Amino acid sequence: MAENTKSGEKYLMKGNEALAEAAIRAGCKCFFGYPITPQTELAAYMAKQMPKRGGVFLQAESELAAVNMLLGAASSGVRAMTSSSSPGISLKSEGISYMAGSDLPAVIINVQRGGPGLGSIQPSQSDYFQATHAMGHGDFNILVFAPNSVQEMADLAALAFDKADEYRIPAMILADGLLGQMMEPVSFHEIEPAHTDKSGWAANGHKNKRAHHIINSLYLDAPTLEKIVRERYERYAIIESREQRSESYMCEDAEILVVGYGAAARVAKSAVAQARAEGIKAGLFRPITLYPFPKDALREAAAGAKVLLDTELSMGQMIEDVKLAINCSKPVEFYGRTGGVVPTPGEILEKLRELNGGI
Amino acid sequence: MGKVIVITGHYGAGKTNFSINLALALALEQPQARITVCDLDIVNPYFRTADHAELFERHGIKLITPLFANTSLDIPALGFDMAGEAAQSDLLILDVGGDEQGAIALGRYADVLGGAQGLEMLYVVNRCRKLTESPQEALELMYEIEQAARLKHTGVVNNSNLGALTDEETLLRSVQYAEDICREAGLPLRYTAVRSELFDALANKLPCPLKCEVYVKPVWE
Repeated sequence: MAENTKSGEKYLMKGNEALAEAAIRAGCKCFFGYPITPQTELAAYMAKQMPKRGGVFLQAESELAAVNMLLGAASSGVRAMTSSSSPGISLKSEGISYMAGSDLPAVIINVQRGGPGLGSIQPSQSDYFQATHAMGHGDFNILVFAPNSVQEMADLAALAFDKADEYRIPAMILADGLLGQMMEPVSFHEIEPAHTDKSGWAANGHKNKRAHHIINSLYLDAPTLEKIVRERYERYAIIESREQRSESYMCEDAEILVVGYGAAARVAKSAVAQARAEGIKAGLFRPITLYPFPKDALREAAAGAKVLLDTELSMGQMIEDVKLAINCSKPVEFYGRTGGVVPTPGEILEKLRELNGGI
Repeated sequence: MGKVIVITGHYGAGKTNFSINLALALALEQPQARITVCDLDIVNPYFRTADHAELFERHGIKLITPLFANTSLDIPALGFDMAGEAAQSDLLILDVGGDEQGAIALGRYADVLGGAQGLEMLYVVNRCRKLTESPQEALELMYEIEQAARLKHTGVVNNSNLGALTDEETLLRSVQYAEDICREAGLPLRYTAVRSELFDALANKLPCPLKCEVYVKPVWE
């Protein structure tokens, strides 16, 4: 069974399952979920595995219940996770804001589907703004990781737990239905989860030996709340300076720099390789963290480019951060499909040819 | 009623890719035969037989899919006249949804299919597939599927693969695994699915080889 998952051995798994397995291996003890396509295999995997491996799986009565259970479990200092897809994440946004306002580490998975509303059940990246700019009410950020393969689903899930603990902040894996459903080889590395001392804040029983720990996001005194929010923003500044992650592919001499994350980056990578074969000097810059956005590396990768092409499975959301990162110093074009439609590499290639003609 | 082949297995075992290859191979073998492929997957809207309508059409294979398949209304509604489809076909291949949940849809047609002369029900296994990597796990699921489907398997398909990393070693190491499952279940091995690029090197080293292309894959491959 999976408790015998051999480290280094390659398995064929769905992205959703790899997220779940990696979370268990990272020491996740509590999972609270509610079914929704296209993330259900994640919850199903947890339901089968958690009871056998010293954890708790609980299917809540709603997304709201699940996210508040997550808040409760995180308050006690254990590693905990919830997962959903776009409409369910909207329902969870209140709880995520409360967790951010209570400085609680937890991991939230969003296997995005088309929106708005109930939208479609096909892959999408139209929750970028929500994840990175408005994951709930109030002044706050959460860490956002954007895997682009089943292997990275596993690797980033483990990292998300470590970083959430390190900065006492909720962390999200922003995946999409394609990454969740596709099968790829994956191996699990034997990495000891980082141990963060939570004894200073975790509400796990004072046993009459210390003062109560209070987990709270309510501050009726405005100056007190301002002070706490400002302290949190000092932490965000540290996160922004240390935690930007990205990958560059053929960027060194690129005249057209494609920017894409997640599944869109997989499509774009094929298009860039095909464009290179035609002599078009294209490169791909792939953000791996969306918050913090890897603006320093993007600025560097874009230095020699004449034009940028942002590509997303949306109407264009990350493009605003791309423009900000380069301070609008170069034209940034856009190609995207939305509603659950995934572009082919051919569509991106056609756009690259068009841009190449205009250089 | 013609011959009926039912394909079952764990989700992600490669049922759909195998079903497509089997249908194409049999169409090539029997050009006059009326072949119908039925997408009976009501569990998962991704990577399904219904995605390959054009391919089937090109090979003169009839494809039938659940109502609303691949639309936002992808709901588990089945409107098949299975007896009629089977009667009008020389060969009907059913690609069943994953796991025992998927097989519930098959159980709906157990009374029709149970009466078919020459019903074959093939269980697809993949040694590299997490959750069925031991013969015991694969067998447990096989019996769960039989219970939900109210039908018994008649053979095993070894579809062991590691996606793009599949090599000779992947297949050679899977032989014993498939043999163990067959022996425990008392079923014959019907096919070993072999990727076309490995076929020449492996065809005489593997039992019952079937040359297979990879049709089920993401758009960027």
